[in-house]
Amino acid sequence: MGLMQLFRFGKATFSHGVHPPEYKEPTNSTNIRRLPFAPEMILPLSQHFGKPSLPIVHEGQEVVRGEPIADADGFMSVPLHSPATGVIKKIGLMPTARGPRAEAIQLELYSGASQHILYDAPQNIGDMSPTEIIRAVQNTGMVGLGGASFPTHVKMTLPEGQKVDTLLVNGCECEPYLTTDHRVMLEHSMNLFAGIRIAMKAVGAERAIIGIEDNKPDAIARLRNACSGDDAMSVGVMKTKYPQGAEKMMIKALLNREVPSGGFPSAVGVGVYNVATLAQLGALLPQSQGLIERVVTITGPGIERPGNYMVALGTPLRFVLEQLGFRGHAGQLIMGGPMMGVSVASLDVPVTKGVSGILVLTEEAKSSQIPKKTWPCIKCANCVRACPIHLNPAELGMLASKRQYETMERNFHLNDCFECGCCSYVCPSAIPLVQYFRIAKAINRENREEAA
Amino acid sequence: MIELRTSPHVRGAPSVDQIMRNVVYTLLPVCAFSVYQFGISAFALILVAVLSCIGTEHLFCRLSDKPTTVGDFSAVITGILLALTLPPGFPLWMAALAGFVGIALAKVMFGGIGFNVFNPALVGRAFVQAAFPVAITTWTPAFAPGRFTEFIPSTWTFPFAEPVPVAQWIKDIAVDGFTGATPLALEKFGNAGVSHVHTNTADLFMGMTAGSAGETSALLILICGSYLAVRRMMDWRIPAAMITGAFVTAGLFFTIDPDAYPAPLFMLFSGGLMLGAMFMASDMVASPVTPAGVWVYGILIGVLTVIIRLFGGLPEGVMYAILFGNAASPLISAVTQPRVYGTRRKKKAES
Repeated sequence: MGLMQLFRFGKATFSHGVHPPEYKEPTNSTNIRRLPFAPEMILPLSQHFGKPSLPIVHEGQEVVRGEPIADADGFMSVPLHSPATGVIKKIGLMPTARGPRAEAIQLELYSGASQHILYDAPQNIGDMSPTEIIRAVQNTGMVGLGGASFPTHVKMTLPEGQKVDTLLVNGCECEPYLTTDHRVMLEHSMNLFAGIRIAMKAVGAERAIIGIEDNKPDAIARLRNACSGDDAMSVGVMKTKYPQGAEKMMIKALLNREVPSGGFPSAVGVGVYNVATLAQLGALLPQSQGLIERVVTITGPGIERPGNYMVALGTPLRFVLEQLGFRGHAGQLIMGGPMMGVSVASLDVPVTKGVSGILVLTEEAKSSQIPKKTWPCIKCANCVRACPIHLNPAELGMLASKRQYETMERNFHLNDCFECGCCSYVCPSAIPLVQYFRIAKAINRENREEAA
Repeated sequence: MIELRTSPHVRGAPSVDQIMRNVVYTLLPVCAFSVYQFGISAFALILVAVLSCIGTEHLFCRLSDKPTTVGDFSAVITGILLALTLPPGFPLWMAALAGFVGIALAKVMFGGIGFNVFNPALVGRAFVQAAFPVAITTWTPAFAPGRFTEFIPSTWTFPFAEPVPVAQWIKDIAVDGFTGATPLALEKFGNAGVSHVHTNTADLFMGMTAGSAGETSALLILICGSYLAVRRMMDWRIPAAMITGAFVTAGLFFTIDPDAYPAPLFMLFSGGLMLGAMFMASDMVASPVTPAGVWVYGILIGVLTVIIRLFGGLPEGVMYAILFGNAASPLISAVTQPRVYGTRRKKKAES
């Protein structure tokens, strides 16, 4: 593909990928509004990648909005803060998006409380060292708000001997339907720039590039204008294509560097952070506050008043849907975007740190997307031409159906698959390729653990 | 009811039966032109071949107690393609047999759609080529008068009987200068003492010459194939590579000795090359899946076609070239695996 780079003209992008319909119009032009507080909230202790937080409150204890209620359990963990003023009702197993029974804290709100954030302590970031900043980032409970929920402070801690020269700020938002990053870039741009400066200082980057897909011209114009006076910051316009927002794809598109297989972006001198993450960080860190709310795109054919809403973490889906109105009969609920989001089984599931969207499909919208029949692979090579990592999903799929999971890993780079779903999206035979790959990875992982 | 599925929750590709249906639609104009050219015999030939293919697939599904797979339209494609590669006056019972052999031997035996190694239509044709060498090289003129009311006599040959000779019939309908040979055969074997009889390339391009039922109008096939490529239901690289391979190889020989070898454009527009490139070599199932492999495969077929045409015992080489390409495609796929992001090829560093 090296030669193809020469013929690439216009906007930066990577090779392969897909172009799903965007469906962003219903939500991309209205301001972020605040959703009311639910009377009861559920706060799972594991809203991030890593070890679950450790509760530091007891049942019946009164908490104020912004107060820490769970501590980080070691480095690969983050604390949790109370999203509202109220009383801890229960600590135990509750339904979450990760499953019907997960460890969580239930909070009952004081309906009369003003819900001001009373918990803050200003700190001067200019005086802090990178290590101090990273510790402060952990204290905010910040995780990647783009969906991966990887603790931000862990990402900022570079492996020994690695240096980051460029900070990529991810404003691609390549998933259909979602517009949170878009609205955050337009409405919280000052916070975003503050966050970018914090992150640059923490990782020691010399420059920052804000990568935005060309379907958001207003955000491009605004941020370009805002960073015109700053030599270290610029906006990189990228082609609208899925999965443009994946770290590896973005690095390839904007910097033409390739993250080595199995490695992190820091191996090629890059740190990638989502705009929503940095905008929140820019607002929270100077006040030493914790992450207690986030912007969520609530949309889909099943929602009466779609839009972007500032939602307190822990708000149950049922409450969200009641506030915004069901249209007809909800057929499927997806947390995140339609390409990589998670289907949820229960309306009692709460909004957590990693939820960037709530997509409600109606029965009709859903059934049009369900393949009526699965055919054998006809080797059309659509998947080979769609895979952004240049894997051979057709071959992998055939091996998966023969349960040769180890061959998939050893000879066909199974572990480089980041499950973007492009292969399943384009498969005319409706073979659940990415689903097979998830199973294959899980089984290989289990076998390894058993062997160890 | 709330349903639980794993991502992705949307799909954006035509399904297998939609693709196959579209291939059938794009083949219809080629069929129509064939009927216009050769009359009701061509129509009967296409009909019989299609019905035979559908019937065979249905029969085997019934025999193995599986739901019938004829609904995916791939058997229809096989039938049409098979008929289009046969001479228009080909005995109908032989066409039916070719359809049966193609589907039974090359498709059903391997496990049905998606599992065949060879293009079923070409396997069917290869069978009748071996079994009925005379019938498959008996050509009749295009645009014979009365072709819409009168069958070519050999069409209704009784099964296992000697095909009805058409030489007298051709003389009766009196097409001037018709020699019972295709442009390729004229080029290769000559006629009446003159070696290498050339045919006007423009006539070939427009399809005004004798030949198999559907392989004569290069222009029409080109247009229909392009539609499929634009709809992304066919990989344009395969015909492009095959045509390039054939053109360059033919050009090489033509430059060496323009008297002994035909011009490259003649190579492209004669015989089954266009039909083969657009609709048979591009058969998804039997071609490689890797982007580089597709080029290797196409060029291989193009080169082989010209080599067989020039140096083989037969005037036409597309069929064997494609079957050879089919056989090689798993190997081609295996040696042309794409370079995975973030990894390096063993020899070459990243550019």
